[in-house]
Amino acid sequence: MSKIRSTEQRAQNTDRGSRTSQCQLPVIWCLSILLSVFFSLTAEAADVSLHGFVQGNYSVNTDTSNPDSGDFKWGEERFQIKLEASKGSARLFLKTNIFYDHINELDGVELKEGFVDFAAEKWDARIGRQIITWGLGDLIFINDIYPKDYEAFFSGRPLEYLKKGVDALKIGLYPAFASLELIVIPIFEPNNFPDPKRFHMFDPMPTVINRREVEPSVKIDNTEIALRAYRDVAGFDGSIYFYRGFHRQPSMLPDSMTMPVKITLFYPDLSVYGASLQGRALDGVLSLEAGYYDSRQDRDGKDPMIPNSQTKYLIGYQRQLWEDFTIGFQYFGEYMHDYSEYRKNLPSGFPGEKRLHDLIALRLTQFLKHQTLRLSFFSFYSPTEDDYLLNPEIKYNFSDYLWAAAGANIFGGGEEWNQFGQMDKNDNIYTQIRYEF
Amino acid sequence: MKNFEIQGLNFKFLVVYVLCSVLCALPFKAFPLTAEEVVKKSQEAFFYQGKDSKARVLMKLISKSGQERVRELTMLRKNYGASGGEQKYFMYFYQPVDVKDMTFMVYKYPAKDDDRWLFVPAINMVRRIAAQDKSSSFVGSDFTYEDVSGRDIEDDNHTLTKEEKLDAKDCYVIKSAPKAQDVDYAYKLSWIDKGTFLPLKEEYYDKKGELYKVFSADEIKDVKGFPTITKRAMKNLSSGHRTEVTYVKADYNIGIEDSLFSERFLKQPPKKWIE
Repeated sequence: MSKIRSTEQRAQNTDRGSRTSQCQLPVIWCLSILLSVFFSLTAEAADVSLHGFVQGNYSVNTDTSNPDSGDFKWGEERFQIKLEASKGSARLFLKTNIFYDHINELDGVELKEGFVDFAAEKWDARIGRQIITWGLGDLIFINDIYPKDYEAFFSGRPLEYLKKGVDALKIGLYPAFASLELIVIPIFEPNNFPDPKRFHMFDPMPTVINRREVEPSVKIDNTEIALRAYRDVAGFDGSIYFYRGFHRQPSMLPDSMTMPVKITLFYPDLSVYGASLQGRALDGVLSLEAGYYDSRQDRDGKDPMIPNSQTKYLIGYQRQLWEDFTIGFQYFGEYMHDYSEYRKNLPSGFPGEKRLHDLIALRLTQFLKHQTLRLSFFSFYSPTEDDYLLNPEIKYNFSDYLWAAAGANIFGGGEEWNQFGQMDKNDNIYTQIRYEF
Repeated sequence: MKNFEIQGLNFKFLVVYVLCSVLCALPFKAFPLTAEEVVKKSQEAFFYQGKDSKARVLMKLISKSGQERVRELTMLRKNYGASGGEQKYFMYFYQPVDVKDMTFMVYKYPAKDDDRWLFVPAINMVRRIAAQDKSSSFVGSDFTYEDVSGRDIEDDNHTLTKEEKLDAKDCYVIKSAPKAQDVDYAYKLSWIDKGTFLPLKEEYYDKKGELYKVFSADEIKDVKGFPTITKRAMKNLSSGHRTEVTYVKADYNIGIEDSLFSERFLKQPPKKWIE
């Protein structure tokens, strides 16, 4: 998981309301373009399927009230429509959400996914808003450089909301020697971090409230490119990855290091080179993944406001111990390069990061009652920082159409600026209930 | 001399005649099959018919109180090598709605653990899943993974206990006892049709020797010359839960390409195979 660095979140969510209403126009715009592209390609009637769900999702504090004195981390009803239509080698897919958010008292429409697929024998293409998942980690992302919604994760929303859609073109090529995926993202999409009105988080410059966020503008030079090549390697699934774009977590640029009055939040340049292997070993599934994060705007590590280059690595092992019980273990490390330069240039009063930050993740899953009841436990613990996150959950399928889940997010340990340590006061319990059709 | 020659000729003719009769008679003579041979033929008829196969499968999971849940999928299979050899399976789920568009792929190997991959559409992710426990329930049903794709013959000791008629069909009754404690049952009795070699009934006994699970083949149809169980059920007598499976459609030797069994098509299954 990329480090949730305190501070930056603050500005990011300040205009949540206006963002939501703004996004309704592009939704309609995207929808109409996708529909017209699809139907112009398919003159005759297509195979159409329509599904969706109605969902209630609520999360309440168990420790203290929110910074804005509210007691709910999340509270919404949501209606999702999933439309699929296909004709010949083309397919249209739309996943649209209509929701009412009780905390901000606003409603909105979200285009979660909306794309058109074309498939030929040796290649395929997908254009539009899509969710892309790369890499092998379970809630740990190295080569998955696509945008995440960490607020969704910490607020007890269903896990699928952790992944955000990106507006992209994806081309798949399938020559005999390997399969290739090329992703082109013209419009930058940042990660979404917890709303500072609802989440207590560390801020190194809390007095500076004048903040401005600058996202990379839409131009050819800023187009993000990602490439993955994958094939079988001696019975293992092997992948190599490349990405050229931006950090999805903003860095702070104060107008003055001694007496700042204004902070600009921006997204520094980033390239990632990585590889992964996954296969059957030791009576289970073994996963290995690594990536080199080339922080292109701070290659010598002298700028303390921009992340230094890093090497990230992951070892994962998953095994079924008895019927319907699976255990998953992961060890993740991120190693900072040019650490001495970072220390030398770190302004006094700023908490310093360690050279190595690591995490141990454990997931236990037990299914019962013909797999209608699922008990799960997920935890992160950092040996270097001594902070943790615990997430127990119970989910029951009342029928093929109706399920409900309840769980808790418990944070703590470490220092007030650590990844989970800073979340200490944000413990919450949540419920999700969904009727699908 | 002439007489001798005639006698010699007669003698040679006699030898050839006898040899020919024996050789010709061999295929027709019903040498009794061993239990292993019966099980092998049964696996061939049950799990390996054709070079490949496709079935639209409707599973009803019925609880003791009568509550029904439905799993609907297309199952594609391709054989690699002879009966008992490697196979690849590809499954696409239509129902229930929360797993619609989910796909599942298995590379099945004789005498070692399978490779399994699952595609989760909500986050567009293909993952390998741990597959050590072969006796795990298949999608929450009363069938296990082994019931779906077969169990290695060498994993059990097979004995032919008797031969008897079941529903007017001559059957071998085979007792199969697992060599290792890797499954829930202590032994299984199978009624294998002498004509088709399909299992018509299986009884599972627990460690106390009590019958607790029963398989039945309830409808057998001929599909492209292959006798195929198109309706089957597995009843758990101790829980009262049962699973009824119907092959809505079935077909063989349809030319499934090797490339189907790949990450590409797990994410986007070709329409022609899942219609």
